[in-house]
Amino acid sequence: MRSCREAYGMALVELKKKCPQLVVLDADLAEATYTKFFRDAYPDDFFDCGIAEQNMMAVAAGLSTTGLIPFVSTFAVFATLRASEQFRNSVCYPELNVKVAATHAGIECGADGATHQALEDLAVMRTIAKSTVLVPADAVATRALVFEAAAIDGPVYLRMGREKLPEIYKEGEIFKKGGSKCLRKGSDLALLACGSRVKTALDASALLEESGIHASVYDLYSVKPLDTRAIAEAMRTGLIVTIEDHQRNGGMGSAVCEAVCESGACRVIRVGIDNSFGRSGAFSELEKIYGIDALSVVKTCRSALDA
Amino acid sequence: MNSNHTDTVSMANQMRQLCLKAISRAGSGHPGGSLSLADLLAVLYFGGYLNIRPEDPRFKDRDRVVLSKGHACPILYSALALKGFISVDDLMTLRQSTSFLQGHPDMKHTPGIDMSTGSLGQGISAACGIALGLKRQGIKAHVWAFLGDGELDEGEVWEALSFASAYGLSNLTVVLDWNGLQIDGPNKEVMNLGNVKERFEVCGLECVEIDGHDHEAIAAAYDRALSCHTSPFGIIARTVKGKGVSFMENQVGWHGKAPDAQCLEKALCELGGRL
Repeated sequence: MRSCREAYGMALVELKKKCPQLVVLDADLAEATYTKFFRDAYPDDFFDCGIAEQNMMAVAAGLSTTGLIPFVSTFAVFATLRASEQFRNSVCYPELNVKVAATHAGIECGADGATHQALEDLAVMRTIAKSTVLVPADAVATRALVFEAAAIDGPVYLRMGREKLPEIYKEGEIFKKGGSKCLRKGSDLALLACGSRVKTALDASALLEESGIHASVYDLYSVKPLDTRAIAEAMRTGLIVTIEDHQRNGGMGSAVCEAVCESGACRVIRVGIDNSFGRSGAFSELEKIYGIDALSVVKTCRSALDA
Repeated sequence: MNSNHTDTVSMANQMRQLCLKAISRAGSGHPGGSLSLADLLAVLYFGGYLNIRPEDPRFKDRDRVVLSKGHACPILYSALALKGFISVDDLMTLRQSTSFLQGHPDMKHTPGIDMSTGSLGQGISAACGIALGLKRQGIKAHVWAFLGDGELDEGEVWEALSFASAYGLSNLTVVLDWNGLQIDGPNKEVMNLGNVKERFEVCGLECVEIDGHDHEAIAAAYDRALSCHTSPFGIIARTVKGKGVSFMENQVGWHGKAPDAQCLEKALCELGGRL
């Protein structure tokens, strides 16, 4: 078990050897985002911007115009909401090569409470033109997507949580912009998840299997662009359930609905945070309170299939 | 630098005329803050301060100009036209749907524009990033950032100035076009800016305050900025909004209004030009 943020910090150090133009910016959270690994290894290419996220985002834009590749890190709530206009106007409008790699997304952020739990970041970042949005589900996916983000010429948002997550992938697994992973094949319904909810989807599918319900499970790690072929495949089951640690409105589930609407008919149920802010607490409790745990998913699936 | 002030004064005058023609043709734009900036840009572009090439606008070692007060772009476009980056015909397409000259600077489509700006406060941060990137890579080029006074209301400006001195960005010069007026009225009536020079200095900039229409003083300040190797340099330039056109001077109403044909003719006449 490793957190995505820890894997992120390690991946940056590794990436620098292949990508000398890499520089990293943080807003006084290097300990929490694990950019401290990069700071300690490459102090001259690490820029602490202080608690000033708006400036940090536009500084990254400027840095990129000189040929450097900046990774900007802080908590997702600050990176994507406080500095979202800088991301829009100074990064995406000129299509600059800036990567926003934010941690502590979702109620997974836990004890710090609602102010620090980004539940709108996918909605904001995916609707801005020219952006790519990637969400790793474990440490292996994180490392791969850090390298993929660096290989993309343009703005990328990489969303990570706080907690240690169980391993889903083996080292060497390949992740590409616009891709997805089918982790399980089933004909009764399809569970589409991202981030920490991929493991939840796998757990839910195992529980459903016990009562003879066969669920497909997809990891939609590329929220933008979406893997529309995978969604077409999932639609063939006749029922899609999306699961995310994000507002039900505007996030990955909404992106799936948009794709489904435009390509044909299939019922889609979105599991996510329902028009609510989070609160302080252990994530293992919060996921139950807010109904994004495996049992809640199972309940949703059963009632949809019974109806 | 070897700046011939008679030349730069004449260039500033031509820039003012082109800028007003372009805004009038477009039917919208910002004459007031363009005219107040004309002399500062004329000395920079035509006083020998910039290592730039119209035939190769993106070469790596070039000096950079970031118009943080992006709404004043017609005066910058006019300098770029006189410098040969774009044509005067291009200039007259300002703000049209088929033009590459946007209402606010667009680095992707306009040669000579080093950063897309327009949302106030962001250009100065980007200028810091550019200066840091050049410095980190050992590229000896200078970054010139132009701020508006109303823009100082944005907290991001102060984040950026602190950042500039924290990272010792002596390759950055921040020029404030202090014409004293913003859309809703005089600076003082809209928001308390306090002692701006002191605030710049508190952020760690070495500063001078000058008359932003006196070409000799502007050149002297630019020379000082280039010889300051310890910290970012700030130039607080006292200017007059609408400078050069009597009926636009110090008139807040001319912040964002295009002159009609009659006003344009009158303005051009004052500037020694014609339609």
